[in-house]
Amino acid sequence: MMSKQPGTIRAEFRGVLGQFALKACFSVASRGITGLFGPSGCGKSTVLRCFAGLQHLPDSFCAVDGDIWQNKTIFRKPYQRPIGYVFQEASLFQHLSVRRNLLYGAPRDTAPHDAGSVSFDEAVDLLGLGALLDRSPNHLSGGERQRVAIGRALLSRPKLLLMDEPLSALDRPTKDEILPFLERLHQRLSLPVIYVSHDMAEIERLADHLVLMQAGMVLAAGPLGALQSDPSLPLAAGRDAAVNFDAEVEAYDPAYGILTMQIDGGRLLVPAPPAAVGERRRLRIAASDVSLSREAPRASTILNALPARIVSKSPVGQSEVLVVLALGSDGGGARLLARVTRRSWDFLQLGEEMNAFAQVKGVALAPARGVSITT
Amino acid sequence: MSGLAADIWQPVRLTVELAAMTTIILLIVGTPIAWWLARSKAWWKEAVATIVAVPLVLPPTVLGFYLLVVLGPDGPGGLLAGLWGARTLAFTFGGLVVGSVVYSMPFVVQPIRNSFAAIGDRPLEVAATLRASPCRAFWTVAIPLARPGFLAGAVLGFAHTVGEFGIVLMIGGSIPGKTKVLSVAIFDYVETSQWREANILAGGMALFAFAVILAMTLIEKRVARIKA
Repeated sequence: MMSKQPGTIRAEFRGVLGQFALKACFSVASRGITGLFGPSGCGKSTVLRCFAGLQHLPDSFCAVDGDIWQNKTIFRKPYQRPIGYVFQEASLFQHLSVRRNLLYGAPRDTAPHDAGSVSFDEAVDLLGLGALLDRSPNHLSGGERQRVAIGRALLSRPKLLLMDEPLSALDRPTKDEILPFLERLHQRLSLPVIYVSHDMAEIERLADHLVLMQAGMVLAAGPLGALQSDPSLPLAAGRDAAVNFDAEVEAYDPAYGILTMQIDGGRLLVPAPPAAVGERRRLRIAASDVSLSREAPRASTILNALPARIVSKSPVGQSEVLVVLALGSDGGGARLLARVTRRSWDFLQLGEEMNAFAQVKGVALAPARGVSITT
Repeated sequence: MSGLAADIWQPVRLTVELAAMTTIILLIVGTPIAWWLARSKAWWKEAVATIVAVPLVLPPTVLGFYLLVVLGPDGPGGLLAGLWGARTLAFTFGGLVVGSVVYSMPFVVQPIRNSFAAIGDRPLEVAATLRASPCRAFWTVAIPLARPGFLAGAVLGFAHTVGEFGIVLMIGGSIPGKTKVLSVAIFDYVETSQWREANILAGGMALFAFAVILAMTLIEKRVARIKA
């Protein structure tokens, strides 16, 4: 059995559920957003229910920040665990107003809040609920309901927020309405979140860490970028393989409308609206948008050519190869993926451990995190 | 005229007392039974549900006969009555209450069970993840959400107790002021050809039934509007 350890979330959930055996063992840092990603029916939601104690699999283990919630002898009931849970459907209490829904789990005492908790006014402000407080849940839109559900979970002062595909029941515009709220929460609170999703776009926008699941098993767990750039995992092999970076705005060139963004091991120029120096934004670079050259390109319309070291190469189908690069001429920076043809790879006589230049044709910049919902 | 009024009002008062007491007892006793039936996964719970439902199909005279045996001097009811020096629970108001509780139980338990079941697991899971103990979740989530079932159960239980006849006759007889309830009084008036009194009571009961159901419907509608 694993021992308790502060600073981490440790889980070992084992049991037979319907058609498959669940054996989910992983350990992630207890800060930031951990994405629990995998195809539908792979056991993600069950893992979340086990965290909450809503599902009891004997012979399992669960500890959050050194607090044991379950082991051979202990099983804390859901109401004895300091969690917040956001279900796929908002599941608001129909018989209570929005305000009383929000306050249902809020502690009565007025003890000083720690960094992970919010006050009622802050939550209302953060989630844009001010105009809804005296309404009945029956008269809210799907997005409004989910925002109330998130606020209600936050106000119970959880030490761990569990979100079970909170956006999957919503249509695209509503998702886009809620995502900025989640990003704001992420920025504002130190509260650790486990976020279940089968939509990689959501994970790419929100998650810091990733737990990859398949058929009841954990394939890998670790920082998002590390798993995205691991050629042995299905993410890197996919057609839409990409790597995300948390970048910091270094400068803005108003004459051309270009942001200079600092990432680990390099600097990227990104055409974008103005942003404040020091602001942190998430970037996405698709493997298919990166090409390689042996020398620094002298005359090219491509803005970004980053020195990097080739870490590994693996075949993708008949004609392409997936190349994992480490940014920086010393190879000490973040990982980047490039998908190039096998023909080019051979013609340029590229090889592992060699230095090369990664030419980035396109960088996707997540919308600013403080973005208002009224677009 | 005043003699007539007293004669008529006595069974009315008795009936209301009986029905009110029966309904209150059934709400207290029936709610945990309904909760257990709605939530338990025990394989034998349907057997319990069947026992609760048996009065629906059992002829009142059969039920009344068994109740008479149970409440009589040689049954547990008689033993119980011995505690306060009486000989039997049969032909007493207390015996009538016991009989009515048994007889009307399915009418109260069934709607409450259905509305508990209709809530589903989710609201209770949500309450648990918001640190509500099972007890708090029951009072603040399950009971308010099951309110239509409680309303229906109370109305049906009350109305059914007011209307019961066979069992009352078997275990209560027709003792004025003690066990002579409305339905028995009407029967007696008809037997003795006092059509005018029978008419007043029967008409009153019809009006009462109409008024109760209408009032409940309106209350529920209004509550729904406030909620929305």
